[in-house]
Amino acid sequence: MSAEPGERGSDGVLLEVSNLRLAFGGIQALFDVSFDIRRGEIRAIIGPNGAGKTSMLNCINGFYKPQQGTITYKGRAVHQMRSHDAAKNGIARTFQNIALFRSMTALDNIMTGRLLKMRANLLWDALYLGPARREELAHRAFAERIIDFLEIQAVRKIPVGRLPYGLQKRVELGRALAAEPELLLLDEPMGGMNVEEKQDMSRFILDVNQEFGTTIALIEHDMGVVMDISDRVVVLDYGRKIADGTPDQVRTDPAVVEAYLGVDHGPAPAEEKPCISSTPS
Amino acid sequence: MAQKAKLDSYASEAAPARSDSGAPSGWANATPSGPFATEKQKPGTPGLDTFAKLLLHHARLRPDRPAIREKDLGIWQTWTWRQALEHVRALAGGLAALGLERGDKLAVIGDNRPHLYWSMVAAQSLGAVAVPVYQDATAAEMEFVLDHAEVRFAVAEDQEQVDKLCAVKPRLPKLEQVFYSDPRGLRSYREPWLHSLSQLEQDGRSHDAAHPQSFLSEVAAGRGSDPAGFFYTSGTTGQPKGVVLSFDNLILTAQAAVEFDRLTERDEALAYLPMAWVGDNSFSVAQAYCAGFCVCCPESGATVMQDLREIGPTYFFAPPRIWENILTNVMVRMEDAGAVKRLMFRHFVAHARRVGTRILEGAPVGWLDRLRYGLGATAVYGPLKNALGLSRIRVAYTAGEAIGPDTFLFYRGLGINIKQLYGSTEGAVFVAMQPDGEVYPDTVGKPVGTVELAVTEAGEVTFRSPGVFLEYHRNPQATQETKTPEGWIRTGDAGYLDARGHLKIVDRAKDVGRLKDGTLFAPKYLENKLKFFPYIKEAVAFGHGRDHAAVFVNIDIGAVGNWAERRGLAYTSYTELAGKSEVYDLLRAKVEEVNRDLARDPVLAGSQIARFLILPKELDADDGELTRTRKVRRRLIGEKYAALVEALYSGCAECESVLQVRFEDGRTGSVRARVRVAEAATFPAAKGSGAPLTAPRKAG
Repeated sequence: MSAEPGERGSDGVLLEVSNLRLAFGGIQALFDVSFDIRRGEIRAIIGPNGAGKTSMLNCINGFYKPQQGTITYKGRAVHQMRSHDAAKNGIARTFQNIALFRSMTALDNIMTGRLLKMRANLLWDALYLGPARREELAHRAFAERIIDFLEIQAVRKIPVGRLPYGLQKRVELGRALAAEPELLLLDEPMGGMNVEEKQDMSRFILDVNQEFGTTIALIEHDMGVVMDISDRVVVLDYGRKIADGTPDQVRTDPAVVEAYLGVDHGPAPAEEKPCISSTPS
Repeated sequence: MAQKAKLDSYASEAAPARSDSGAPSGWANATPSGPFATEKQKPGTPGLDTFAKLLLHHARLRPDRPAIREKDLGIWQTWTWRQALEHVRALAGGLAALGLERGDKLAVIGDNRPHLYWSMVAAQSLGAVAVPVYQDATAAEMEFVLDHAEVRFAVAEDQEQVDKLCAVKPRLPKLEQVFYSDPRGLRSYREPWLHSLSQLEQDGRSHDAAHPQSFLSEVAAGRGSDPAGFFYTSGTTGQPKGVVLSFDNLILTAQAAVEFDRLTERDEALAYLPMAWVGDNSFSVAQAYCAGFCVCCPESGATVMQDLREIGPTYFFAPPRIWENILTNVMVRMEDAGAVKRLMFRHFVAHARRVGTRILEGAPVGWLDRLRYGLGATAVYGPLKNALGLSRIRVAYTAGEAIGPDTFLFYRGLGINIKQLYGSTEGAVFVAMQPDGEVYPDTVGKPVGTVELAVTEAGEVTFRSPGVFLEYHRNPQATQETKTPEGWIRTGDAGYLDARGHLKIVDRAKDVGRLKDGTLFAPKYLENKLKFFPYIKEAVAFGHGRDHAAVFVNIDIGAVGNWAERRGLAYTSYTELAGKSEVYDLLRAKVEEVNRDLARDPVLAGSQIARFLILPKELDADDGELTRTRKVRRRLIGEKYAALVEALYSGCAECESVLQVRFEDGRTGSVRARVRVAEAATFPAAKGSGAPLTAPRKAG
């Protein structure tokens, strides 16, 4: 079902990270990391715990300020992207530890994703008249399309704090989609899910990519999922990029195998069964 | 152009309705002439003997009344009869353009959706046969049906169904084209035989414009005796059989049932049961097309209960399982309610059980009791019915299995006119129904309309009616076994007509057995008694040729889980909860309650349950343990869990077992568990006790 690797990414680079360096005090989180994300592709960022994957995403959407390096988004190079600029420019994300408004309903949470698209002023909003009313209805219709897309009709009116984890993840994806992003950053979208939930989520991610043409960068631990749905994979270890390429190239890369297993395989046959097919989850 | 002029003259008479399709206005309102019906005519008579003719009839008679609704994007969308006809006509045009011929088969696979219903009627309007397929069937099950029915075109709801069809298409040479209604996720599919349903409709409109007379002449060529649909029975043994029903079968029985309950165009129903089940076709198509009422399609399978509440149907069908689930939910939620609410609920529900049914039936009730009931209606019954979406119910039915008398009387006590009916796929559903005012928990009612009932010497119920099916598709031997040359159907159910002329069903004729000492053993009777308890989801009784009766039980994870939580019992899975000794104690009390009840019945007192165990795994249709309509497959379970059955009779207190499970993605795995077997007290048979077997117990 998924297209040939690289096929979707053929129409140019959407985002390029070059020589990014990030440190917290004496701790180096990212060392000279460079990679690019092509328009329309699903790009996975993998690596062992503490490799700097989430830091990478935080730099891209402007939450962290890297000490060095540039991020080029849609041809414009900036040293550091500011969060609200990132959002305005079409970057949306989900978080490793779900960051929803727990007491608000699934629908309202998704509606918050539309905030940047709302134009009516406070007066009209308060009166709920004219343009504000029309706008609200249009946004609601958009939110409903997302609800339909993610198949969460049954929980539309339930406060998300009461939803099971897998559904909360889906609502969070819905909120990110509500912003109609060009680039979607997903931080462990399948963390803590069971096999069936992972299959569902994989399907949603592929569908988002195909239906809306959204470029997706995702962090994921489940290698099976990464190998199945991503076009290209970048591997980080201790803040350094150690491999970059198609899933097949990456899975047989000795540096990757070593980073994951922490041992030197020496002369072991490199073409044997990939050692990272089963994963910590 | 003559056609157009005719249309316009008609359109000026009727209130103009907005067309939702962009087609010329009045495009579908051809004034029927010649073979078509007059206003006074009854469904089932020559001018109104197919669904397409009935559709034309309603589009003319009540063009702007709602015909079907669907909740989509959070909003109820409504199509009037006129619009429904436009869609059906367009789809028929598309199918005709592709060369669909009389006698061809069109499969429909998916949840209840207006477009899927229309596709069936469109195919039928051209003389083709509709083959609805269970939407949760596996690819292999689907392959069997599509191959056996020789399906030429299929309409699938979404990607999930299309994926299954992709997998089996290479082995189905007769399947030419597949149409999907929801394009989501299908963008990158390049299969040449796969097209969207909206494209088909669009092509159909141009085809229809080019051949303006063809739709009406095709409809006019249809006869009531033509086959309308194949309904595959879920089949407890062997491969499913395709029951061929004619338009006459479906329409005449539906019309008899419409008259029986005086259903009108003002009624409203919820279409949520599988389209492949004959009952859905009868309620959502045949009856709706006979009475002209509106059918509502829920947003998704998961939202049925919310949608029920929003729609508030006046006519509602649910199998006992659903009525029981609703009641279980109510009871569980009441246990979490505040003390005052709980007290009020207990008090008024007990009162409703006492007098509610009599008030519903208009029997004499003392003024004090009436006053208390009125108070209860304001404080409890009304709000409760409203919360469940049952406040507008005029007629509700349950069928398929026996319903617990307490569940049944609970709803009737609240003033919900729930009744029982007895039906079979081979008889186009309606065989016996309970008339208003003659509703008993232990019978399934009187023969409907012109149905003739007879019980054979062996105790098997047989019937003859206008609904008697044509044949099993490509299975003359099975047809012969079920249908006598005189047109009587053997139902396979054991039962009898009681003194009131009501049919009473005891069990499946082949399931009724005897214990070693000759005591009558009716497994389903025991299982149903157990399943009334909200804590018990499923039960499987054994006892034929044994010393005593014994059962497997599945606990209801919701109800027992809630019970455990309130007692601070920790558990992580169904298996762990099922093995807890506290849960065993809870269930032993329930089993003993059943035994106490059985002891009062002179015939069944000997079949009290001596031992039971809680299965460490939930019975599942995916493992073949339940049918798709969720009936237990007793024999298969007995074989699969033979070791556990032996444990029930060996006297040991614990038994090691390895269980095979099949995950939803088709892979299999095994679960190892230690299963405890518990004893339950039995009671001496009460001699001459006048207490009725089905005496209502107190609430809770």
